[in-house]
Amino acid sequence: MSTTTDHPTPDTGGLAPDPAVAPTRKAGTRKVPTILAVVTLLLGLRLLTTSRSGDTTFRLAVDSDFAKLPDAVLPSSATAWIMLVVCLALTAEAVRRMLARSHQPLWLPIVFALAWMLGFLSWEAAGSRISIVSLLAGAIALAIPLVFGALGGVLGERAGVVNIAIDGQLLFGAFAASITASLTGSPWAGLVAATVAGALIALVLGLFAITYFVDQVIVGVVLNVLVVGLTNFLFRQVLTPNAESLNSPERMRALPIPLLGDIPLIGPIFFRQPALVYVLYVIVALVAWSLYRTRWGLRVRAVGEHPKAADTVGIKVNRTRYRTILLAGAIAGLGGAYYSLVSVSGFNREMTGGAGYIALAAVIFGKWDPIRATLAALLFGFAQNLAGVLSSIGAQIPPQLLLSLPYVITIFAVAGLVGRSRPPAADGVPYRQQ
Amino acid sequence: MSETDKPQPDDKPTDQPSSVKQDEAPASGPDATDVHVAEDASAAREERSRSVLHEIVSGDALAGVLAVFLAVFVGSVMIAATDQGVRDTLSYITARPSDFFSAVWNAVSGAYSAMFRGAVYNNLVTDPAQQWRPLTETLKFAGPLILGGLGVGLAFRAAMFNIGGRGQMLLAGGAAAWIGFRFDLPMIIHLPLAIAVGMLFGALWGGLAGLLKARTGAHEVIVTIMLNYVAYYFVFWALTKEWLLATPGSVNPKSPPMKDTAILPKVLGDRFNLHLGFVIALVAVAVVWWLLNRSTLGYRIRAVGENPRAARASGINVGRTYTVVMMLGGALLGLAGVNQVLGTVTSGVSVDIDAGIGFDAITVALLGRSRPLGILAAGILFGAFKAGGFTMQASENISVDLVLVVQSLIVLFLAAPPLVRAIFRLPAQEAK
Repeated sequence: MSTTTDHPTPDTGGLAPDPAVAPTRKAGTRKVPTILAVVTLLLGLRLLTTSRSGDTTFRLAVDSDFAKLPDAVLPSSATAWIMLVVCLALTAEAVRRMLARSHQPLWLPIVFALAWMLGFLSWEAAGSRISIVSLLAGAIALAIPLVFGALGGVLGERAGVVNIAIDGQLLFGAFAASITASLTGSPWAGLVAATVAGALIALVLGLFAITYFVDQVIVGVVLNVLVVGLTNFLFRQVLTPNAESLNSPERMRALPIPLLGDIPLIGPIFFRQPALVYVLYVIVALVAWSLYRTRWGLRVRAVGEHPKAADTVGIKVNRTRYRTILLAGAIAGLGGAYYSLVSVSGFNREMTGGAGYIALAAVIFGKWDPIRATLAALLFGFAQNLAGVLSSIGAQIPPQLLLSLPYVITIFAVAGLVGRSRPPAADGVPYRQQ
Repeated sequence: MSETDKPQPDDKPTDQPSSVKQDEAPASGPDATDVHVAEDASAAREERSRSVLHEIVSGDALAGVLAVFLAVFVGSVMIAATDQGVRDTLSYITARPSDFFSAVWNAVSGAYSAMFRGAVYNNLVTDPAQQWRPLTETLKFAGPLILGGLGVGLAFRAAMFNIGGRGQMLLAGGAAAWIGFRFDLPMIIHLPLAIAVGMLFGALWGGLAGLLKARTGAHEVIVTIMLNYVAYYFVFWALTKEWLLATPGSVNPKSPPMKDTAILPKVLGDRFNLHLGFVIALVAVAVVWWLLNRSTLGYRIRAVGENPRAARASGINVGRTYTVVMMLGGALLGLAGVNQVLGTVTSGVSVDIDAGIGFDAITVALLGRSRPLGILAAGILFGAFKAGGFTMQASENISVDLVLVVQSLIVLFLAAPPLVRAIFRLPAQEAK
């Protein structure tokens, strides 16, 4: 096996499937029809086993809208059955395309998802009102730190450094942001402190993982525990006795963008947000563009896929990795500031609630791509918010089921049941220069 | 500490070349390519012949002790920095530095002596039984840590990383609790049945990750992290259903208390909280030692851990070994969860029944270098930290979370011996 030594060996440290056991199976074209059929079946079972009557009101506007859209009142059970038929038709179309071996277009799953969700919501919310704006805006609010964390995760892993410590970076970012914003009186200083805090955790991760070749998963897990211990300790010993001076930052208020914020439906969801969220839009675009379109991005990806080849053409592997994870840590830390400066004002014990692990799931479900990971984080945020909204209107769906959905989907994704997620080849493998 | 930190040769005089390499840096994982393994093996043979003195100076034993020392030092700095007395004297440190240093000494020594009183021997009470009571508390906390550490460590030996301790403990605890409060059986049946069902659920949950790795190549780190949350929400949901775990007529997400016939009996009488769980942990240490060092399965596990391709080439079913290892690890972590539900917190299961042990187990396994006896020692040490931490919080008003910091720092420093050497300017291990 000595011929393989010039190749990164992901089976010994990385997160890639183990070649000693992994079957070399091609990702089938049956993927889309299978998923659509299963999901349609779930809706059908739900409709057959329960009964609903009355109307469902979908509120499309908020009171402060410039031009108000009227409420949409739909008969609950008729809408749900019609949408089930639409879903069946779309599934049939997907099956037809599979049999004809033709391309599965992107509009198909999107239309399917919208129809399914409309049917599902009108069934579950029979007799009550659902505000579409607050459903989606709430999803965005829950997803913002996840997107920050997922972007940090994607960047680090594309450079070949597994970052389990996203949760620690979020938490430390939240902690630093709260203290700094309280001391200086400026939330912007808090944001800067959050980036520094996130980068600091990344630096420790790099020191152990890159310089001392310690297993990156272990360092990540231990760093998370360390940050939890450290922030809990300081919260109890320092922040709680001096809450007035150290833990009462000014909350970042929503900052509506003049014209865009007045668009019905879209405006209140996307463009009446605090400044941190607009910063996120810019970061998503920048990361996605520069990872694929710039020299820097090419180098990062080269270092993550085949560090030896990158080294051969003169790229400094470990220096590139350090720079990338510092940037990644800064982004994740910025996400932490959302918890202590936007969601609530002030830091609290373990206030991220393990969001870093959902962000990690989004990285994997998003196939290590910035845009897909962002969409995955939005989807997970939507699932979380849907759980809250449904239980508040008294729907019969257990919220725990929806809350566990991101994790179940991710397990399916890594197991290749819903399209295989393949990490960068040298992900998690430290590089030793020969 | 001696038995955990010394580079122990494998108990069998094995000639597997890379077994020594694992002794050197188990925490860094088998990350080298085959060429590295060969190089390390020859280096290791030379290392064995080196003088004992050099071994002590540059070996892992000293690095381990220094890692603990460094972590405790950082902990002391944190205590001193957050102590009010120290901050008061800091304002006139140039005028009277002695005040400052005595304040630091008071804060730090007060914290650590409180920890000692809570973990080993309490000199403030007169009754001899009460004086040694803290030691029994340490052992009580050590039980699940040892069991969990064995579960994680076993997977480490097969080069697998089981982060799913939390989920395995929760699910096993929930299952054992269901047996424990739902049925009326004689103790001789009830207790073993509850333990067995708990272990079974832990094994299934762990084995699922192993099976997915074996069948689809899905990495167990990702799968076990996700399974933690799935188990959490599943138990959370079960706590809302009366036919599962919910207490009838209560909205609290907590199950009814265990029946007396399903509770692990106290070992030293009712005056002490130490229950049978610690004895079970000792038995588990012996069983896992035998399994790893004397059985065919243990040989397969170690072979797969050293090099899965070589193991497959020599006829070992690697996939099945992954599944079996994760099932065994899950069963051990399940036993840790059972130990919590039927021994330590018998008033009913809730979603925080794991008490962070699922993650503590990882640090125990790393500190114990994945060896059963090392895990035993590491588990008792961390059990002492836990027992002492609560006393420290109660009497000195220093947050018990300090223990978490010290614990994770120990593991970080242990994982990177070159870093500790650099800090103390010791000769590098490569130096001949």
